[in-house]
Amino acid sequence: MSTIEQAETDRGLPIKAVPVRHPGRWAAVAILLLLAAMAANSLITNPKWLWHTFAKYVFTDAIFQGLLRTVWITGAAMAIGIALGIVLAVMRMSPNPVVKTVAWLYIWFFRGTPVLVQLVFWAYLAQLYRYLSLGIPFGPQFLFFDVNELIPVIFAAVLALGLNEAAYMAEIVRSGILSVGKGQTEAAEALGMRRTMLMRRIVLPQAMRIIVPPTGNEVISMLKTTSLLAFVAVPELFTTAQNIYNSNYQMIPLLMVASMWYLVVTTILSVGQFYLERHFGRGVAGSRQQRAKRRLATMGPA
Amino acid sequence: MMSADPTMTYPANGSPEPVGGDRIVIPGGGPVPMVLAEAVHKSFGHLEVLKGIDMAVMPGQVAVLLGPSGSGKTTFLRCINHLEKINGGRLSVDGVLVGYRQRGEKLYELRDREVAERRRHIGMVFQQFNLFPHMTAIGNIMEAQVQVLRRSRSDARAKGMALLERVGLADRATYYPSQLSGGQQQRVAIARALAMDPKLMLFDEPTSALDPEMVGEVLDAMRDLANAGMTMVVVTHEIGFAREVADTLTFMDAGLVVETGDPREVIANPQHRRTQDFLSKVL
Repeated sequence: MSTIEQAETDRGLPIKAVPVRHPGRWAAVAILLLLAAMAANSLITNPKWLWHTFAKYVFTDAIFQGLLRTVWITGAAMAIGIALGIVLAVMRMSPNPVVKTVAWLYIWFFRGTPVLVQLVFWAYLAQLYRYLSLGIPFGPQFLFFDVNELIPVIFAAVLALGLNEAAYMAEIVRSGILSVGKGQTEAAEALGMRRTMLMRRIVLPQAMRIIVPPTGNEVISMLKTTSLLAFVAVPELFTTAQNIYNSNYQMIPLLMVASMWYLVVTTILSVGQFYLERHFGRGVAGSRQQRAKRRLATMGPA
Repeated sequence: MMSADPTMTYPANGSPEPVGGDRIVIPGGGPVPMVLAEAVHKSFGHLEVLKGIDMAVMPGQVAVLLGPSGSGKTTFLRCINHLEKINGGRLSVDGVLVGYRQRGEKLYELRDREVAERRRHIGMVFQQFNLFPHMTAIGNIMEAQVQVLRRSRSDARAKGMALLERVGLADRATYYPSQLSGGQQQRVAIARALAMDPKLMLFDEPTSALDPEMVGEVLDAMRDLANAGMTMVVVTHEIGFAREVADTLTFMDAGLVVETGDPREVIANPQHRRTQDFLSKVL
């Protein structure tokens, strides 16, 4: 059989070739397995990890209640942060100079002071202002609150975290809005849409694609920031663990208990983020969705 | 230079509803031009882009704007629906000033709400289509009908499907823009603009971003629209389209109207050197 005939019979057949070998990858896997085995050995054989204490506390009611509080404080603070952040971002891009300046000042202040300071400040606000009232300065008052009743520490803490978060979210939302092309705004304007409507219906839904990933970061960061509530004695997850090891002096296992639950919640949040990203990526790039789907199938949630 | 001759008659385009007061009155009581520009000036900073444009488009007419890039034709088109604000002169659509209200000798800037109200009667088709990527084709067409005109979703859908049928894309209703070809996207964009029942359609180089084999389908859709009596202002480089479909051809250069007239006449026998130069390069 001549070579030309050979080539013609081969036309269009799938290629059978020896793939490139990757010995480096196998070596890396071997080294990593060895290191993992050493770490596992240490964790299991060193009695000072006190795994029986970990087991004793990991599923207790006190820890669950702390975890629950951590989760709802995170959720509430992020809800405030996201809602206010969107408002601030739109304000900052407003053609109205007064509105723009107010938003800028807000972001400047809340981003420029430590969240811990803000947290402690809000928690002890009651000491600064015993009463809150709404009315005309030096004139009649229409509404009157006793601050100590209005803001128990836990709500003050949620408010503090939320107001601080809003400053960061505002910048994230703004970057999302900026990522949407000017043509979209013009097309919506040409159809007779007004600013608020075109923001809500056209720009923000597209901006979400850019907003969601860093917001996922913020949620996870918020989850861990709630541990600062230990400073104002709100018994969330970390404070609860702290309270237990302050009485039994078994610090390491209880820190492990807290860490494990933070990791569990973070993992759940990451899965949620994956689905949110897929939702807001619709239409923009079909291939992107398919890529994401493949990624989930092969690697599991990032 | 073209003047609005009130004695000329053109096929009426439905019954253009007045939007607000302040309608200009044509001496002699002739038809009101759909677009009337008188010495329109527009500057971006120190750069004067429009240096006194005079133009009139009567209801039912198709006017093509031709000219080299940078001549100001796109800017002029954008001024017509107030995407750009003019700095001097007068510009009116269907007898109503664009962007201003006149009380006696004084002009008052319109509020956003009023600008939006006037824009909804003017359809615009962009070079880059500008479909909303997060909505399907039918979603794009329904959006402003539901949100701006407050039509029911079922009415908007029915109207949208009829328009998709008209531009030959009924089977693509549930596709996202990213799943459509450029020509298909532009036809959806035309349907989206038509859904608002505009009395005037503006086209900003609608075929310039398309692959050559898709230009025809978009021009066909525009030709059908012109045959149905729509008033259109079209910025394009498609000389063939201008020759066949347009009622007037206006050649612009460096922010001024160089010549205007019957398209066959202007193309076959341009009077000005700059028009001759331009046509010799594109024909």
